[in-house]
Amino acid sequence: MTGDTSALQLVLTGDPGLYAIVWLSLLVSLSAVACAAVIGVPLGALIALTRFPGREAIIVVLNALMGLPPVVAGLAIYLLLSRSGPLGSWGLLFTPAAMIIAQTVLVTPIIAALTRQTVEDLWLEYRDELAALDVGPIGRIATLIWDARFSLVTALLAGFGRAAAEVGAIMVVGGNINNFTRTMTTSIALETSKGDLPLAIGLGIILIMIIVMINALAWTARRAGERYAG
Amino acid sequence: MIIFTDATVAAGKVTILDQVSVAFAAGPPTVLIGPNGAGKTTMLRAAMGLVKLNSGAISCLSSARRAIVFQRPVMLRRSAAANIDYALARGEARTQRIEELLNLVGLAGFGDRPARRLSGGEQQRLALARALARDPAILFLDEPSASLDPASTKAIEDIIRAVSARGVKVVLSTHDLGQAKRLAGDVVLLHRGRVIEHAPASEFFAEPKTDQALRFMAGELLV
Ligand SMILES: Nc1ncnc2c1ncn2[C@@H]1O[C@H](COP(=O)(O)OP(=O)(O)O)[C@@H](O)[C@H]1O
Ligand SMILES: [Mg+2]
Repeated sequence: MTGDTSALQLVLTGDPGLYAIVWLSLLVSLSAVACAAVIGVPLGALIALTRFPGREAIIVVLNALMGLPPVVAGLAIYLLLSRSGPLGSWGLLFTPAAMIIAQTVLVTPIIAALTRQTVEDLWLEYRDELAALDVGPIGRIATLIWDARFSLVTALLAGFGRAAAEVGAIMVVGGNINNFTRTMTTSIALETSKGDLPLAIGLGIILIMIIVMINALAWTARRAGERYAG
Repeated sequence: MIIFTDATVAAGKVTILDQVSVAFAAGPPTVLIGPNGAGKTTMLRAAMGLVKLNSGAISCLSSARRAIVFQRPVMLRRSAAANIDYALARGEARTQRIEELLNLVGLAGFGDRPARRLSGGEQQRLALARALARDPAILFLDEPSASLDPASTKAIEDIIRAVSARGVKVVLSTHDLGQAKRLAGDVVLLHRGRVIEHAPASEFFAEPKTDQALRFMAGELLV
């Protein structure tokens, strides 16, 4: 990709370099949201339904981690994955996998915290009925997650927003390598620093459009689902 | 089938049930009556095992499965049929049982509707169907028609009679004396967490033994 063509032109001409960047951005962020959902939703539900000493502290920490600075998360993963780090032998540093891990770390607290809140609210409503129906702990968690599924879409979207918007973590662990770990946000940072503002702006617009589109899709799905399930 | 022995429930300093001793025996419905705040809901929840006793005991035949319909039942965010399905035991002929139960409560054809979009009376009947899906030996109903119009109330009472005739022990609370007269085999009058009187319905309505029962039936406000 060269600096003298505008992003719009690249889109219109189907520039393969640009598509690779967009594709990698989506792959990394969506994979991170998927991983974070697999960890964060059950974790949030578990915290919502259990009472143990230190629970309040965990909720506070979880809420605070929603604001974890991406660069710091990136640094932590960097230290883990770097050659001399504990997981250095995996050889993941400066690969898309490392970027997915870093974004998973960023997104999991958001999904867990929002799930905790949603499931706890629903739990207050359902608890008597579920107790009367003799539903065991696993069944309760499954029921609450399933019945809160449309509200949980919002948690996933918040997580996706965070992943798609961040640059600090993936820059540190991915290294912004052309044709390998370069994403929309890291390109924008790079082009801006190189002074290619039109390209940076163009990429920014594309990124925003993609985020809006994904939100619109999720919203439509949520609406349709709610109409069916009440 | 269920025996309360000096069952006491307190929240902080407030005594909600005060040394209640009473037995619910097999047969026609037992009706709990009493003004608001008398402890009817707490008594049903305790009988269901949902409330911790501070002292005393409640014993129940372990084989007798219990089910309850709360005064304001909460429907799961699912279809009407899925709400019943949820309460069914594993491995039953589900589709057929769901149809039967929907029919029993007059909701045939409502199976695919989102349960929470049903009217108040329909939700109450669906809650009944869901409770019956557990195939209970004892069914507790907390003010089953408190906020319903006469037609819905009649529908609910007809179902209660049908269920009772099948051998299910029904224990229901109401503050509607008319309903008590229509349904009760025996009546328990509660006031301020105490059992004031427990008698067969015919006896209770013909010759109440306590002053409170007389006043309650005269429509006086028991405070
Ligand atoms: N968890 C609770 N904490 C404090 N007070 C309660 C609680 N549950 C019920 N009560 C009180 O106990 C009394 C009896 O309540 P309830 O069993 O709901 O009566 P009823 O169903 O006859 O109207 C009421 O005064 C109510 O405010
Ligand atoms: Mg009540």
